[in-house]
Amino acid sequence: MGLAQPFQPGEALPISLDPSNLAGYALRTTLRMAAAMLASLVFTFAYASWAARSERAAQVLIPLLDVLQSVPILGFLSITVVGFIKLFPGSLLGPECAAIFAIFTSQAWNMTFSFYSSLRMIPKDLYQAAEVFQLSAWQRFWKLEVPYAVPGLIWNAMMSVAGGWFFVVAAEAISVEGYIIQLPGIGSYIALAIQQRDLTAIGWAIFAMLLVILATDQLMFRPLTVWAERFKFEFTEAQGEPRSWFLAVLRRAQLAMLLTRLSAKAWDVSSRLLQHLPARPAVRLRWRFARRGVRLMDRLWTPLLIVAAGTSIVVLARFVQAEVSYAEIGHVFLLSLWTGLRVMVLIALASVIWVPIGIWIGLRPKFAQRAQPVVIFLAAFPANLLFPLAVTAIIQYHLNPEIWLSPLMILGTQWYILFNIIGAAAALPSDLREVAANLGLSRWLLWRRLLLPTIFPAYVTGGLTASGGAWNASVVAEVVSWGSTTLTATGIGSYIAAQTVAGDHPRIALGVAVMSLYVIVLNRSVWERLYNFARQRFVFT
Amino acid sequence: MANKTDSEFLLELHNVGKTFAATETNAITVLQHISLQIRPGEIVALVGRSGCGKSTLMRIVCGLTKASSGQVLYRGHKVTKPESGISLVFQTFALFPWLNVLQNVELGLEAQGVSREERRKRALVAIDMIGLDGFESAYPKELSGGMRQRVGFARALVVNPDLLLMDEAFSALDVPTSETLRNDLLDLWLERRIPTRAIVMVSHNIEEALLMADRIIVLDSNPGRIKAEVPVTMKHPRDRDSHAFRQAVDQVYSAMTAVSRATPMMRALGIGHRLPDTGIQQMLGVLDALNQPQAGGSVELSALAHELHLEVDDLFPLLEALEMLDFAHTADRRVELSSHGKGFVEADIQRRKMVFGEHLLHRVPLAAHIRRVLDERANARAPRSRFLRELEDFLTEDEAERVLDVIIDWGRYAEVFTFDTHADRFSLENPGEERVEEAKR
Repeated sequence: MGLAQPFQPGEALPISLDPSNLAGYALRTTLRMAAAMLASLVFTFAYASWAARSERAAQVLIPLLDVLQSVPILGFLSITVVGFIKLFPGSLLGPECAAIFAIFTSQAWNMTFSFYSSLRMIPKDLYQAAEVFQLSAWQRFWKLEVPYAVPGLIWNAMMSVAGGWFFVVAAEAISVEGYIIQLPGIGSYIALAIQQRDLTAIGWAIFAMLLVILATDQLMFRPLTVWAERFKFEFTEAQGEPRSWFLAVLRRAQLAMLLTRLSAKAWDVSSRLLQHLPARPAVRLRWRFARRGVRLMDRLWTPLLIVAAGTSIVVLARFVQAEVSYAEIGHVFLLSLWTGLRVMVLIALASVIWVPIGIWIGLRPKFAQRAQPVVIFLAAFPANLLFPLAVTAIIQYHLNPEIWLSPLMILGTQWYILFNIIGAAAALPSDLREVAANLGLSRWLLWRRLLLPTIFPAYVTGGLTASGGAWNASVVAEVVSWGSTTLTATGIGSYIAAQTVAGDHPRIALGVAVMSLYVIVLNRSVWERLYNFARQRFVFT
Repeated sequence: MANKTDSEFLLELHNVGKTFAATETNAITVLQHISLQIRPGEIVALVGRSGCGKSTLMRIVCGLTKASSGQVLYRGHKVTKPESGISLVFQTFALFPWLNVLQNVELGLEAQGVSREERRKRALVAIDMIGLDGFESAYPKELSGGMRQRVGFARALVVNPDLLLMDEAFSALDVPTSETLRNDLLDLWLERRIPTRAIVMVSHNIEEALLMADRIIVLDSNPGRIKAEVPVTMKHPRDRDSHAFRQAVDQVYSAMTAVSRATPMMRALGIGHRLPDTGIQQMLGVLDALNQPQAGGSVELSALAHELHLEVDDLFPLLEALEMLDFAHTADRRVELSSHGKGFVEADIQRRKMVFGEHLLHRVPLAAHIRRVLDERANARAPRSRFLRELEDFLTEDEAERVLDVIIDWGRYAEVFTFDTHADRFSLENPGEERVEEAKR
């Protein structure tokens, strides 16, 4: 089955629940993920480099990235899929690209942020060394900028892939204007199993997914992390570095030698060809010159941006207003409030559970070392595969879906809280623990004066990630079906999901815009403040 | 190479100046009227206190930053960008941690487009010469500081520079390590095993400069100007305990203190004065040394620096602080304890704070200004940003921050005002008392 196979909208693609097909489906799902990752990487290099090199560009690009990060991806999938189908008429390439694009939008932003902040943190003296020794822009990019960013980039790529599995599963079965496109893959397999109420098939899918995640961890991320150790910008040798059996095998293999030689050749040729690429170091580095008078463009830039932002808001509003009444807009705001309430309650609940457990694990180094990969693994596992199990339980025990569907939103993202807390607790300096013991601090005092302040910054980071993820997941978690039964919880997620099925673009736009607005406001007013507070008060320097 | 450039200067600076914009209307002059010629075959050292712009000057010479006025000529043509004939050795080494020793050394050659085999060959020669053989495949984090700086030297020398610039190249190393590395470099230079035709070094260690240089240029600060030139004619190897060497040290110190007499520092020049970055404990340490019976209240600068292990960058700010506060006076390479200074150092802990507070409010306009503002306000509080904005009329942003940090430290010690980091404001509340009140409630 080629990617470019002929395809007409409305045509059903054959999916079979036979477990023997799962290997093929898993491969195709993984390939989609790989394509999206590649696209994210290219996007990251281009977008972040641009933003880091031009102050004026950064003024637009960085806030834009912030907004993009808060937009619920699954909400506008049905809009993009129409576009892609039109781009490749009569070919499966359209829906494939739409799925890959959906995964891309779940992966790219945090990687871009990471690369951007790395670029701005590169030590000045290294940049100056690159300049004194006259490295070309191309050489500087690959010898200085990318290596410096590698550890952060790999970590974020890992997080992105972990989040991406969730969306790949959701994006393979896309409903567009009344009909459903099912691309061959694990996501479509699950969707069909749900339709046919086949619990065994769901079990097989979960098993296949476990294997896929295990394989990507062992064959890709573990070797990458070990390899990235050398790019860490530190001048002391670390203790207990991670290991990878696969990298060890690769390093011994003949193939690796050949690849090294080939890449060296490619590097020589590319440096020669691209020697005269215009050079411009990252913004922070350029020296400030005494400049008399402000240039015209500098003065016009900010008003120009305000006008552009205003215009786009008006255009969007008119698009929505043509179809939707004010009363409904108000209703959508109310729906978002419900979802927001769910998210906050769930974050609070998850914190109460995972903070003590995370600290307990983090303080026991042996345990923490073993627990961390497990938690990353749990975070990577697409929680939507487990939804059918939850639904059968809700139906079985006649539970209230308004309440019991809510935990599904945080099923996949709660692990970020646990993970960050384990990391922070494990990093607690041992002398502080010894002082606490020496002073005979009571358990309450120990928590209040030492443990909670220590983990607080990491908790905020984890909470922010978990809350963003939960908002995004609401689109699939507030409406869940099992065969012909559909359970719905009132909220903005189920609103967007319903409009997506109906193919009502103005309402989808409204839902997406309102949810994004909530997420941005919540991030700015709560999480960002907590973050700044944490950084000021509790970070060891 | 007997072309005609041999007889000319290798490097010429004509009236070089550097100005940074502080605010829209204010500019700060870092360097002014620097004119200097470097001849082939000489080592020239630039010494001066912190803030004299020596590092900026270094960066102008190697084309990393542009001069605001005047020009730099290298072999007769204007320097506007990094030149392949000029190499720089960094104080911080500036090695790429993800490249091993060989790859780090090859970097400059790679940038020049030298072929893979050729650059491998040349890098190995340079590594050999600087004494790094055996470490080719090591990564910087596996090396000691001294070995790292050797990589820095190998990287700079492998491109066969005409002119080698050293920006405090030895100051991040411990004393014996820097001594060894300096001697090795000097051997390479004296035996002409490197094609480098001149070396310009920036240093804040006067002995280091005297051990290497043929000429020492003393820079004044605020703004940086050439204040004096001291020729050094001693033969290598130089003995730092010899009479001639000690005399030369004193000569440089007196050139540097002559500078301080030219710019009056008896009183700070207003609230925008660049307060020296000096802690109270350091001041007490110096005053204590002056107050020792064998010192008798007056010590030679070179002896003081030697005894307390102070380099120029620490010593001169300290002297300036003591002078400003009227605790000690520096004149003609001697520093003398004042009667106030004697009273201060001999007092007990509480009394010291009072003495310091009196002098602070009397003699440091910024301290008096902050105190006056706080006294005038009903709630006796004022945000940090208020004073920062005022200082930025006189100083760059970084410098304003630094000066404010200094005055916070001094004010806290003297208890003439307090500063709350979280609220980011000054106040007159006694933090101790407040806590007691809080606890009572």
